[in-house]
Amino acid sequence: MTRIASALRSFFMFYYEGFRTMSWWGKKVWIIIIIKLCIIFLVLRLFFFSDFLNSNFNSDRERSDYVIEQLTGNK
Amino acid sequence: MIENIDLSLVNWSRAQFALTAIYHWLFVPLTLGLSFILAFMESIYVRTGNELWKKITKFWMTLFGINFAIGVATGLILEFEFGTNWSNYSWFVGDIFGAPLAVEGILAFFLETTFVAVMFFGWNKVGKKFHLASTWLVAIGASLSALWILVANSWMENPVGMVFNADTARNEMNSFRDVVLNPVAIDKFTHTVTSGFVLASVFVTGISAWFLLRHREEILAKKSILIAGIFGLVSALAVAMTGDRSARTIAQVQPVKFAAIEALYDGKSEAGLTVIGALTDSDDRIGEKKVHDVKLKIMIPKLLSIMTTGEGSGYVPGLKDLVNGNPEKGILSVSEMMERGKYARQVLTDYKMAKEIGDDASVASLGAKFQEQDFINNYFRYFGYSFFEHPWQVIPSVPVTFYSFRIMVALGFFFILLFVLAIFFQRRDKLEHHRWFLWISLISIPLVYLASESGWIVTEMGRQPWIIQNLMPVSVAVSNISTGAVQTTFLLFAVLFTALLIADVSIMSRQIKNGPKH
Repeated sequence: MTRIASALRSFFMFYYEGFRTMSWWGKKVWIIIIIKLCIIFLVLRLFFFSDFLNSNFNSDRERSDYVIEQLTGNK
Repeated sequence: MIENIDLSLVNWSRAQFALTAIYHWLFVPLTLGLSFILAFMESIYVRTGNELWKKITKFWMTLFGINFAIGVATGLILEFEFGTNWSNYSWFVGDIFGAPLAVEGILAFFLETTFVAVMFFGWNKVGKKFHLASTWLVAIGASLSALWILVANSWMENPVGMVFNADTARNEMNSFRDVVLNPVAIDKFTHTVTSGFVLASVFVTGISAWFLLRHREEILAKKSILIAGIFGLVSALAVAMTGDRSARTIAQVQPVKFAAIEALYDGKSEAGLTVIGALTDSDDRIGEKKVHDVKLKIMIPKLLSIMTTGEGSGYVPGLKDLVNGNPEKGILSVSEMMERGKYARQVLTDYKMAKEIGDDASVASLGAKFQEQDFINNYFRYFGYSFFEHPWQVIPSVPVTFYSFRIMVALGFFFILLFVLAIFFQRRDKLEHHRWFLWISLISIPLVYLASESGWIVTEMGRQPWIIQNLMPVSVAVSNISTGAVQTTFLLFAVLFTALLIADVSIMSRQIKNGPKH
């Protein structure tokens, strides 16, 4: 248990120290990464890119029927 | 219904996907190539213990980090677009697209993110060899990630290793091996990854040339040019070889694309390869498609026949053969393929109707057809042709594919010359005396991006009108959503990606100006 805790602590400290001593460009790109991910997941994904079949149909059966209808041109 | 899909929706969806893919591809090839250049440089440092190589490695690692960080996750947007804009396609491909992308996701997450952290945070904290191993694993991991993406992309151009399930309207993978060892995938992976190596080598050569022009960091620049020159030369030769192999595969699995690349309308034996040429409109037409004449052309006799058939006397079909058919050469007409496709589509329609009315006997007999090799090989394989109204609709834009291909190839050979000169001048320690060469090296940075994007334009525009070769045209793949929504997101992406590109270039430029000491 102590060994695992020690390994986890080393792992945490490795990243903590890495981020803490990061250069100016590192800090800048991390800000860009965070802004970018927020735009992608919180704006684009939520408001503009809902999955068409998942949001319009409740089951795989309905989705299959819809796509077959699209492919065959028959209702 | 497909018939009611607005054409502007299809075109806006295509434009949006193209915009996203083009921007995404600005970041990817530098990551692919620069990671290997870093691995070579760090290997020299670990082997020799020379601190100069550590300094050189750390400088290029900074530029790698900026590009990697800003480019990361831009590919995710492509996956969003599949679900939103291309839902028919996403459903139809079933797990075939999902499996390689899932493998890619796991690999990218564990290999890249873990070892990228060691690369940047691990200097002086982990052992030299462990750090070097991390750098190599990042390089290998990046290429392996590309492999799975390209496997999925190649399946769209040559769908293999699957069977269509008429109940779910999905293709189901029945041979992972066939999907991975798809000849298109092998060619595309080797060609694309090595082209990324060339791009990164030109990038390193160009930036190093800038330092030499400014009389700064001369030792770093010269050593970097040597590594990039050797790696770039080997990679550029590999690009040429894999491109040749890829052309042969395309001639077999996508003959219309191949003929469009060559602007070859009339098939011929002893066909020559057009090295340079200018397309002009002629009075001739294939349906509503203009036929172009190739003027001012320089040709290499018989080379096209040799490339495609292995023999100088081999017959290479032209667009007219491929559209109108050529029974003498065993080429089916598109009209015949449309009829066969319509039959396959009718079987699917009848199967659906039989299920709806509970006609079990018809369900059993029609369902069995989707397992029969004769039906699969002679009818279902032409399923996508059933959606066309005219045979000429299978022809892609000839000028776009023709010129993009020549831009890519011409620049490819130019880079071979660039690397040869870089190695030659570096070995003779005369780089600073040839300022013209240093300027050309610097100017080559935008040119290598142009070549790289041109390659994708040949691939993706050349395979139009197909999203899945012979099975699904682009117009059928699109979701029935509003064109306005696609236009809005197109503009959002244009703004987002342009901002990212500006950030990438400005942070990188500042870091280059600062040089390795900072």
